[in-house]
Amino acid sequence: MSETTVGGIVGRMPKFIRRADPAVLTAFACIVLLLFVGSLYSRSFLSPEYLLQQLKVASFLGVIATGMMLVILLGQIDLSVPWSVAAGAMMACAAAAYGPIGVALAIPFGIFCGVMIGIVNGVGVAYLRIPSMIITLATNAVAQGLMVVYTGGFSPQDSATPAMRYLATGFAIPGVPNAVVIWALIGAAMVFVLTRTGFGRTVYGIGNRERAAYLSGIDTRRVVLIAFAVSGGLSAFGGVLLAGYASKAAQSMGDAYLLPSIAAVVLGGTSILGGRGSYLGTVAGVILITLLQSILSVMQMPEAGRQIIYGVVIVAMLLLYGRAPASR
Amino acid sequence: MKDWRYWLAEQRGTLLAFGIFIVMFAIYTSNHPAGFTANVVQTASNKGVLLAFVAMAQTLVVITAGIDLSVGMIFLLTNCLASWLVIGTGIETAFGVVAVLGTGLLCGAINGAIVIYGRLQPIVATIATGAVYFGIALLLRPFPGGSVNEDLADAMTGRLFGMVPASLVVLLAVVLVVWVPFSRSVLGRAAYAAGSSETAAYMSGVPIRPGKFAAYALAGLLAAIGGLFLTFFTYTGEAAYASGNAYTLFSIAAVVLGGVSLFGGKGSAIGAIFGALAFRTIGDLLFVFDFDPLWQPLFQGVILLIAVSLGAFALFRVRNRLEWFL
Repeated sequence: MSETTVGGIVGRMPKFIRRADPAVLTAFACIVLLLFVGSLYSRSFLSPEYLLQQLKVASFLGVIATGMMLVILLGQIDLSVPWSVAAGAMMACAAAAYGPIGVALAIPFGIFCGVMIGIVNGVGVAYLRIPSMIITLATNAVAQGLMVVYTGGFSPQDSATPAMRYLATGFAIPGVPNAVVIWALIGAAMVFVLTRTGFGRTVYGIGNRERAAYLSGIDTRRVVLIAFAVSGGLSAFGGVLLAGYASKAAQSMGDAYLLPSIAAVVLGGTSILGGRGSYLGTVAGVILITLLQSILSVMQMPEAGRQIIYGVVIVAMLLLYGRAPASR
Repeated sequence: MKDWRYWLAEQRGTLLAFGIFIVMFAIYTSNHPAGFTANVVQTASNKGVLLAFVAMAQTLVVITAGIDLSVGMIFLLTNCLASWLVIGTGIETAFGVVAVLGTGLLCGAINGAIVIYGRLQPIVATIATGAVYFGIALLLRPFPGGSVNEDLADAMTGRLFGMVPASLVVLLAVVLVVWVPFSRSVLGRAAYAAGSSETAAYMSGVPIRPGKFAAYALAGLLAAIGGLFLTFFTYTGEAAYASGNAYTLFSIAAVVLGGVSLFGGKGSAIGAIFGALAFRTIGDLLFVFDFDPLWQPLFQGVILLIAVSLGAFALFRVRNRLEWFL
């Protein structure tokens, strides 16, 4: 659309800007705007310590949104994030109660639980052909039920292990929080998978047209299954990190991550219909959401106002560049 | 084929839901310590009707091949609003009821406008508007509280002639006033046609946009009737996030149990009502069999999972594997 109208101006711009997705540029422009507004409100908003703290908080959402992005690229959605996060956190903490082996296996066990939830989602979507938003809502309800039954209304062991706390709050590299390093590693792996491997190309292919991908000889069902398993695992890992950050697991800790994780992916220019989007956009979306949350909490906005602003901002930004084509 | 066989084929989902409900309700009442009495029926209908209204709302949107993940939040918002407005003298109460229903209609219309004229995906758009509606509900009732015109509330939740639960009568009235005219109107046909095949409907000159818009707006209205009833039962307004989410989730379960196709264009709100009543009864079976209430969320989740998996049986009828990919 903009190619023809502003082609002359765009043509003279450096190559990396010409190639960038307008949605990603908009998201980064909004980040700059938010930083500007924030700096007007408080002097300390642009200090390195504060920004690093924001990046650390963003990394939890970043890990969860990475899995969500993989699923959205397929043209599906994962609504089981809330209880995948909670199950990952609670199971990791619960495993720590079983002696030294339990402590050692706490993190892998938490992620394993998330992967299992993801596999149920994946089987439902890929093999039983159930719409993803329905089956993931159902597994979310089952995971919630399991957690409620398991904890018996109160948490058996809900304190995080030292390893979980170290991953979320420690500093392996001086000055850079571990959580940020983990997000960077997961992000780099995701970029590699999406752009340099056959699996990644298949994901984009299925998102564009699953029928065409199937006819090209791709086992599309296996790819969908793997994507959902990865999404579940990453949600649970996000939960493990969150438990380490808060040093305990709680039942409703994942509720606050469903809307932000979808919003971060979609605001970053990934098409909700699948097949189009870049990880850079998701990074921008995650930072954008985190800064927005941070500014609202600095302004001491009550929960009600935050929810309203949140919903309005997401609808407004989607109306700006997330609309479906008008043609029929 | 004879006419009645067409009718039977069309109503298969609804009849199946009706059958499930009758069987479940028979098991429920026969194991209930009080047995099949007017009191038991009244309590069960009061609980079931809440979900039935929300499920009807969800049906209207699902028929257009969309989904409304904000119904639970509209339900909460109107509950909180009703706890402020539906109080005082007869005329004040009447104004309050109208205002509450109007708010629901407005919420639904906003959803419809964003989805149809804004061309956003229903799932993302309604999650976002759901957050807004929940925020407003929280603004109205930061803490549970408020009150309602108790005469009206008692009349609505009581019994007519000492036998028939009033809530069931209201449900029937709403079906006759909202659902039957809508499904038989041009707009209703357009909503079905849009859900069945939007391109074909567009090519045939069916007014799909007004039809879909009416479906979303009426969904808001039906959710508001549900919210109003919640206020009549509890006498208070409460913005409980978990409860709003649960109602959204259960409405989808009820719709699926009621034989409404999630791909759109198939099913009826009457099926969804029986789906809702059946879902509630199944959930309550735990209590008559003396299970720990702790198991209820898991039990309901498993029912939901089984209900949505039942749709997979259609796969056995697929002759060409390419039909897997819609």
